[in-house]
Amino acid sequence: MSATGIGAPVLRREDKRYITGKGQYVDDVNRYGQAHAFFLRSPHAHARILSIDTAEAEAEPGVVAVYTGQHLADDKVGGLICGWMIHSKDGSPMKAGPHPALAQGKVRYVGDHVAVVIADTYSEAKDAAEKIVVDYEVLDAVVDTAGARTAGGEPVHEVAPDNTVFEFHLGNREPTEAAFARAAHVTKIDLVNNRLIPNAMEPRAAVGDWDAGTDTFTLYTTSQNPHVARLVLSAFIGIAPEHKLRVIAPDVGGGFGSKIFIYAEETVCVWAAKKVGRPVKWCAERTEAFLSDAHGRDHVTHAELATDAGGRVIGLKVHTVANLGAYLSTFSSSVPTYLYAPLLSGQYDIPAIYVEVDAVYSNTAPVDAYRGAGRPEATFVIERLMEVAARELGKDPAEFRRQNFVTSFPHQTPVIMCYDVGDYAASLDKALATVDYVGFPARRAESERRGMLRGLGFSAYIEACGIAPSAAVGSLGAGVGLWESAEVRVNPVGTVEVLTGSHSHGQGHETTFAQLVSDRLGIPIDNVSIVHGDTDKVQMGMGTYGSRSGAVGMSAIVKALDKIETKARKVAGHVLEAAEGDIEFKDGKFTVKGTDKSIDFASVALQAYVAHKFNGQELEPGLKEGAFYDPTNFTFPSGVHICEVEIDPDTGVTRIERWVAVDDFGVLINPMIVEGQVHGGIAQGVGQALFEGTVYDSSGQLLTASYMDYQMPRAYDFPRFSVETTETRCPSNPLGIKGCGEAGAIAAPPAVINAITDALGHEDIAMPATPRAVWRAIRRTPQKMAAE
Amino acid sequence: MYAFNYHRPASLAEASAVLVANADAKFMAGGQTLLPAMKLRLANPSDLVDLVALRAELSGIRREGDRVVIGAMTRHGEIATSDVLLAAIPALAGMAAIVGDPAVRSRGTMGGSLANNDPAADYPAAALALGATIVTDRREIAADHYFLGLFETALEEGEIITAIAWPIPKRAGYEKFRNPASRYAMVGVFVAERADGAVRVTVTGAGASGVFRATDFETALTADFSSAALAGVAASPEGLNTDIHADAEYRAHLVGVMARRAVAAATA
Amino acid sequence: MPTVSMTVNGKTVRRDVDPRTLLVNFLRNDLRLTGTHVGCDTSQCGACVVHADGRAIKSCTSLALSCDGMAVTTIEGLATGADLHPMQEAFRQHHGLQCGYCTPGMIMTAIDLVARKGHHLDEHTIREELEGNICRCTGYHNIVKAVAAGAEAMKAPAEVPAMAAE
Ligand SMILES: Cc1cc2nc3c(=O)[nH]c(=O)nc-3n(C[C@H](O)[C@H](O)[C@H](O)COP(=O)(O)OP(=O)(O)OC[C@H]3O[C@@H](n4cnc5c(N)ncnc54)[C@H](O)[C@@H]3O)c2cc1C
Ligand code: FES
Ligand code: FES
Repeated sequence: MSATGIGAPVLRREDKRYITGKGQYVDDVNRYGQAHAFFLRSPHAHARILSIDTAEAEAEPGVVAVYTGQHLADDKVGGLICGWMIHSKDGSPMKAGPHPALAQGKVRYVGDHVAVVIADTYSEAKDAAEKIVVDYEVLDAVVDTAGARTAGGEPVHEVAPDNTVFEFHLGNREPTEAAFARAAHVTKIDLVNNRLIPNAMEPRAAVGDWDAGTDTFTLYTTSQNPHVARLVLSAFIGIAPEHKLRVIAPDVGGGFGSKIFIYAEETVCVWAAKKVGRPVKWCAERTEAFLSDAHGRDHVTHAELATDAGGRVIGLKVHTVANLGAYLSTFSSSVPTYLYAPLLSGQYDIPAIYVEVDAVYSNTAPVDAYRGAGRPEATFVIERLMEVAARELGKDPAEFRRQNFVTSFPHQTPVIMCYDVGDYAASLDKALATVDYVGFPARRAESERRGMLRGLGFSAYIEACGIAPSAAVGSLGAGVGLWESAEVRVNPVGTVEVLTGSHSHGQGHETTFAQLVSDRLGIPIDNVSIVHGDTDKVQMGMGTYGSRSGAVGMSAIVKALDKIETKARKVAGHVLEAAEGDIEFKDGKFTVKGTDKSIDFASVALQAYVAHKFNGQELEPGLKEGAFYDPTNFTFPSGVHICEVEIDPDTGVTRIERWVAVDDFGVLINPMIVEGQVHGGIAQGVGQALFEGTVYDSSGQLLTASYMDYQMPRAYDFPRFSVETTETRCPSNPLGIKGCGEAGAIAAPPAVINAITDALGHEDIAMPATPRAVWRAIRRTPQKMAAE
Repeated sequence: MYAFNYHRPASLAEASAVLVANADAKFMAGGQTLLPAMKLRLANPSDLVDLVALRAELSGIRREGDRVVIGAMTRHGEIATSDVLLAAIPALAGMAAIVGDPAVRSRGTMGGSLANNDPAADYPAAALALGATIVTDRREIAADHYFLGLFETALEEGEIITAIAWPIPKRAGYEKFRNPASRYAMVGVFVAERADGAVRVTVTGAGASGVFRATDFETALTADFSSAALAGVAASPEGLNTDIHADAEYRAHLVGVMARRAVAAATA
Repeated sequence: MPTVSMTVNGKTVRRDVDPRTLLVNFLRNDLRLTGTHVGCDTSQCGACVVHADGRAIKSCTSLALSCDGMAVTTIEGLATGADLHPMQEAFRQHHGLQCGYCTPGMIMTAIDLVARKGHHLDEHTIREELEGNICRCTGYHNIVKAVAAGAEAMKAPAEVPAMAAE
């Protein structure tokens, strides 16, 4: 392993600009003559718009224009779309209601877009918006997830009279019923997977620009996948054909899923730029982010696990109601279906599984993928069930899991997935040793001496990353392919530009991708630059989400590098006057086998361009290759996280005392970056379990719309994490990597709740387990009545 | 933020005059409460009277006999690290050290906090427990007569707090259970045994109408100033806040817990 | 419009401003110093932290006019030429950042922390002192390591650019 090659903890090359304040985020982009947009948002969760009067606002100082949904309709601007078609069990397609970028006729959640004011300054736009007069007929709001289908009143969308988007199912009903019929024991739980608000620290932003001379648009946007944004804005919303629309996602300050989607604001900014003949800029205030970024999770689930007399799991039944909010966001329908149900088998060999998911509309912000997307929800269900079942059966939770682990591969689950490789016991053993499991009873006794409660919880998770192959996901309803592209451009001096369709917003691609190239071509890492996030530079790509950039994005680079090497060999053969088959390529040097005749990579590059040593009709000059890579399967990262908590029964405060993560991500390109991804994921998962509760009141007002009320994890909420890995090489991509971006967020919530319930001695606690909730739960604990 | 006229007076009289002349004018000290409110368009002053030029005049911490006098514009960060205060009333310095975060503490002032009288602010609990005197450009107001409810004080139009005088107690302690999101006090309890032996227990963050005295706790501690003395004493949920973070019953329970811990801190 | 003048990263600047201009807007929009970020509207996230007269403040919670006559240092003012400030270097060395959005505020807060609490910072202190800085990416683990290491590194006088003396 070289100092900058695969497996080396190379310091990040992108850091220099961030630590010196030279990052270029969308809000740092300023175009000459730009105007500023402010969106008037609905104060009501559900209302008919009877009229909108913008006359007074238009007369305000600085105002350039005021637009409403009518203007979009007049310009035939299409609505926002959901790109994944789900069919109900009865075969009917999901019921997608209209989703205009500015409301037309009705508003459906607090924060819905009613009008946009464009003015010389942001303050002027915001001031003028107060002068818009909207006459609303307020309707009853549908808020509650479990009750949405029976809410009565006017449905959120006409197409879904009982607010049901679809009734999805997966698995095998009869064998599952049979398993439950012969079960020795059935464990039942009811769970709420709490709604989360993503809160990337950079709020969403957009700058739309239009060039009158060429009739081309440019959109700078906070996006995880600019090409998909361009595709949707062009093909579905109809802003401009793709060759007339450039989308740039420069530095992006975190996404976690929330910046995958195509939103109303960027649509309006780019459309309005032509209408007003000036660049139009918008940057969300944090409150707007709370109101209108796509939220995550929001499931209500009943689940049952059947075990036989020997303690083997023989069946799993799950019924979930998934709240998708007021509109179907870009990938919302895939999250509680194909990203959820297929993962419910966890790390376990469960012969019969049947899952039903009812997706509902409500008058709340749209819900879509948030770090983990479906997989944390699935992991929460199975890992809570396994823990509770072990306790009910009087078994050690670690050993009960071990007894049910999948141990032979490939393993076909009853819910689509075919696990390719893994060694779940290896991660469990390492985690048990690291956390000092045998020492836990002594630690618990010590806590109890101080009047504290101590608990330990497991989470043995599996996830599926790099969603693919495209044909398979297409058959499941995906509107796009899930391959990735790469182009490797070797310059005549031997430096290399790699254009990738994936996007980095904190993941460090400029480093890891360059490590791969440097390693493979044997050139200094400084000679490699990674280009992403601009549709004018990178032809097409699918972006970054679902921990796909390593497994899919880097594999595309490998494929392009293969082609580069093949071509370079040919050139080297001509230069060295040897047969192509006699050329060896190693450490950046082409050598004629068995001789000391060699030429380095940079010289070959030059030769490829000067084209003096070969016949340009037989071998094309130049050294540039592209590739599209479509994986053969998902990848299946897995691991075991153990959380140890101490609870102060006087206050209900839970402190995390130990956190051990042992993950199998396959081959690691840069262990330093991988660890960082795990840390961040754990923090978000702990946030879900302990702190982050989204609260809408019964009228649909969001009560947690700022950091005054929505608790973000802070530095003192965590201990030092202990992060380790095991490795089984992923067989479905050339690098053997599985993906690591979401693991922490997937693993953490059940580990925390299993630890808390272990401490409490009962299972009756919901997320987020805030001090109040824990204090109340302690009072429900018969044997552990706290000394109050 | 709405537009406003900006003033930067060089004297107290000048500052007060702007407020008297403009009904919707407001003083600004550290701005750590006022500016967030203005940004969210919850406050809408026509004129903003920035007291920054009076900082030299209105800040500083000095001991005057059995009192410590703190200038209104003294910042939380200065208060937290004042040797004079750490020696005389460590519980008050300790309180200042946990108001907001370091950056807030380097702008926010004691006068601003007491003028604002946020029901979740910390200083009101100390002022009421220790019997502080609020000194203004016009008069001196005893803490007992100063706090009039949520964001309500005895200050008149255009009246400027210039200093706060803090009698030095025999012992005192403060414990705060932070609102998990905002980090303001969800329940804060200040206990003090004053120089004359009188015991005060005050509660901030919990009350539906702002800071209040917990007299049952005072009675118990007057008999025996120890956490053990509070074992049987419980606060009533009556009149306490219920919100998404805590209901009244939980807050009442926390008043007891924080009180015991504050006494423990005072007697440590 | 009233005029404000201050020293920013050692340079005197003077501009006419709308009174409601926050320091952060002044830095970002008037001076195009976009390294200072905005992450919230309630003064809680710390993405906007700069130094004013040597103390860390939230530039989103200060009017530009209130800073008249002050010396302001932003993230752009820390490095001396190509030499990074030791705290900047520590964040890089310890992978204390991912998306980089919170980073300028974190670094400015960390330097202020060293100025107030010295070079030997235990983990508990660092975690407590970061109360006003929110990071969504890193789980803070490596930020805490970076701050401790940066604090130590700031001790070596040779490595400390003038700024750190604040
Ligand atoms: C993130 C954050 C966290 C915080 N956490 C806490 C906390 O935990 N506990 C807590 O107690 N506070 C907290 N605060 C509030 C902080 O303590 C403020 O500093 C304080 O409440 C107000 O002081 P200021 O100097 O900033 O006042 P300003 O915001 O300038 O003014 C506040 C009000 O007081 C008036 N005023 C100011 N000075 C005077 C004066 N001398 N005479 C008369 N009227 C005056 C103003 O007109 C205004 O109405 C927090 C603030 C923030 C931003
Ligand atoms: S932007 Fe200043 S604290 Fe969030
Ligand atoms: S590095 Fe992204 S918010 Fe901290």
